[in-house]
Amino acid sequence: MTRPVGAASHGAEVRPRAQGGRAPDVFSRDGTVAMREFRDSDAVDFAIVGTGCGGGVLAAKLAEAGFSVVALDAGPFWRPLADFASDEREQDKLYWLDERVSGGEDAIELGSNNSGRCIGGTTVHFQMVSLRFRPEWFKARTKLGYGFDWPVDWRTMWRYYAEVENACKISGPISYPWGPPRGRYPYRAHEVNAAGLVLARGAEALGVAWAPTPLCTVSAPHGKSPPCVYRGLCKIGCSTNAKQSVLIAFIPRALAAGAEMRDLAMVGRVETDGNGRATGVHYHRSGEWRFQRARNVVVSGYSIETPRLLLNSASPQHPDGLANSSGAVGRYLMVHSNHAVWGEFDEEIRWYKGPPSMACCEHWNYVDDHPTKDFFGGYSFMSQGPLPTDFATSMVTNSGVFGMDLRRRMANYNRMAGLKIVGETQPQAENRVTLADEADEFGIPRAHVAFSYCDNDKRLYRHSLTFMRRMLAAAGGRNIFETESTAHLMGGCRMGLSPDDSVTDADGRTWDVPNLFVCDGSLMPTASGVNPAMTIMANSARIADRIKALAAAGDL
Amino acid sequence: MSTPFRTPYPTYNVLDKWDSPSFNDQTREVIGRRLDEVPPRRFFDAIQWATLLAVCNRVIPQPERRHDERVPIAPWLDAALHERRGTGTRYADMPTDRRSWKQGLDAIDAEARVRHGLRFAALAADVQDAVLKAIDDGDVRAGEAWAGLPPKRFFRHLVLKEIVRIYYVHPAAMSEVGYGGPASPRGYVRLGVDAIDPWEAPRGRWPGENDE
Repeated sequence: MTRPVGAASHGAEVRPRAQGGRAPDVFSRDGTVAMREFRDSDAVDFAIVGTGCGGGVLAAKLAEAGFSVVALDAGPFWRPLADFASDEREQDKLYWLDERVSGGEDAIELGSNNSGRCIGGTTVHFQMVSLRFRPEWFKARTKLGYGFDWPVDWRTMWRYYAEVENACKISGPISYPWGPPRGRYPYRAHEVNAAGLVLARGAEALGVAWAPTPLCTVSAPHGKSPPCVYRGLCKIGCSTNAKQSVLIAFIPRALAAGAEMRDLAMVGRVETDGNGRATGVHYHRSGEWRFQRARNVVVSGYSIETPRLLLNSASPQHPDGLANSSGAVGRYLMVHSNHAVWGEFDEEIRWYKGPPSMACCEHWNYVDDHPTKDFFGGYSFMSQGPLPTDFATSMVTNSGVFGMDLRRRMANYNRMAGLKIVGETQPQAENRVTLADEADEFGIPRAHVAFSYCDNDKRLYRHSLTFMRRMLAAAGGRNIFETESTAHLMGGCRMGLSPDDSVTDADGRTWDVPNLFVCDGSLMPTASGVNPAMTIMANSARIADRIKALAAAGDL
Repeated sequence: MSTPFRTPYPTYNVLDKWDSPSFNDQTREVIGRRLDEVPPRRFFDAIQWATLLAVCNRVIPQPERRHDERVPIAPWLDAALHERRGTGTRYADMPTDRRSWKQGLDAIDAEARVRHGLRFAALAADVQDAVLKAIDDGDVRAGEAWAGLPPKRFFRHLVLKEIVRIYYVHPAAMSEVGYGGPASPRGYVRLGVDAIDPWEAPRGRWPGENDE
């Protein structure tokens, strides 16, 4: 896709910026930093496809360990200070807008809510909510009776949460009300905005705990990042670099350690040889197809592009797609249900100020036995601060309101507050990514995504709506209404303990192709009731260390 | 239905901040183009265009504005489709966005003719509203015109969604809802309830409050 979406800096969408031995300096308006470059014919240690929570973190850590790394991304390499406007439509340029086919009984929206397309991936537009899994969720089947167990111990993951939280200087409360004790967050919590205080008021009225949300934007200076100025446009890209996206927190590390970043490089196929081993990747850049040789290939394209690429890399040795002898590639795709309640208040809340979700409640993630709890899994919910078109689209798609009614309801924008869940959905084999019959402009078959809620998913979100409606009313909300949507993607190439029912082992190494790894959110066996970014980053940091250990043992 | 729209923020104009630290250069560039470079029609044919203008006018009626002050919506819809901008999603039960829009506008027109013997654009406003509400309810009578295009999905997820995504990024719409608008490099300082920075809209005039 080479048509520029944005009006500002559209050159970045047409011509690669990382080339000629230089890459954009993300802390400058037009500067560059030195970048090591590899030839296509160099068999690099790692060709990594994707540069978000998975590939970006991995590229930094592997390059710092001395491996030769080329990381390819389909999207542009932005300099936020010069390229990001305070404008919702302009910033559509951060999303994966290329067509994907969405089906199933509850076909999901794809784009701004779950898919990025730039160096740094979805973290460039994520809302920065930085939560950890509840420990028991890593053994959901054994300890809680649903879903699947992860092939990783929670204490291991806990250490890697601390590592990535420190790398991103997460700003969070001194004591967090849920789960086992964790160390202090690296930076102090942000002042909670009025929208967050509505959640706090409601939680206190109902007798449940709440917390200032641990956020991935700094509350004090860090390196070249200034503290957050509460401009509130986080979801369309931070133009001050306060947000510690992967673009800001990890890509400069990767470049400094000698990794090469290739922007506007769409990978279409992982090549394998007669022995079934990966030999490199075919990618399209600057108008031509090229082939990068690699000793190891890591696919980090997230829950749709990762399975799409593996399925499109079928070969005589791998007729059903690469690493797919289990049939699990593309399956067990999960989303978070994003059901919400909204109400009008007498005060002016002005929820556009500050990060969108400054207060959170994980109460129902940690309650197992309660007379009203009629579902497996959990949900958290956060205060809300949608930008105008975001709020308007959720109103019109949910209610069909139009005309003067719509304009009048939108005119209440400054007196609205809302609560929205991150609701766990169950891993189901039939929720999956497959290849559609039609191809995109590169000739690569488009992804077809099928999603349907199961009964448990529906009981969970209904429970949340009842609870949040009570809470918002207790906080003083009137004319309360509900909306539904989804956010995030998890699964699609899950890791596991057996080659029979998973795509990779605990190291992200595919069972079928020993020099092919997956490292992104598609590895997640379960979805959890929290935003996935920190978990994906922690898991990627862990996989990087495992790869180093495998290499040291001569097992790579 | 016919009560006029009144913004709570009649004195506020987000563009008054144009030369302030709330606007950076790239934002001025983007919003300047939106105000000054309204694109020509290139994608829809003349009849579809007339229908689209009428639909936009019912989804976002702007009677309180002079004709030349009204926020243009149809030209940006046309431009996005002409440029194949994409939305990221194509529902499996829908054609591509480009085909859906053309078929859907033709179908809205066909619906008007089946029900009232007139083109959609020629109907009175309240009749247009009734036609659109029927489509939103999935109650369509121009059967063949809708073949392969679910009316409600088309109406909500393409028509309404894309129209509000254009209208509410216009400075006039930001101003009428009291949104702070562009905010970079300067953000906000006062985050609490009823706390307002000097560069925000002043407190709104709300119905029932003694502001008359």
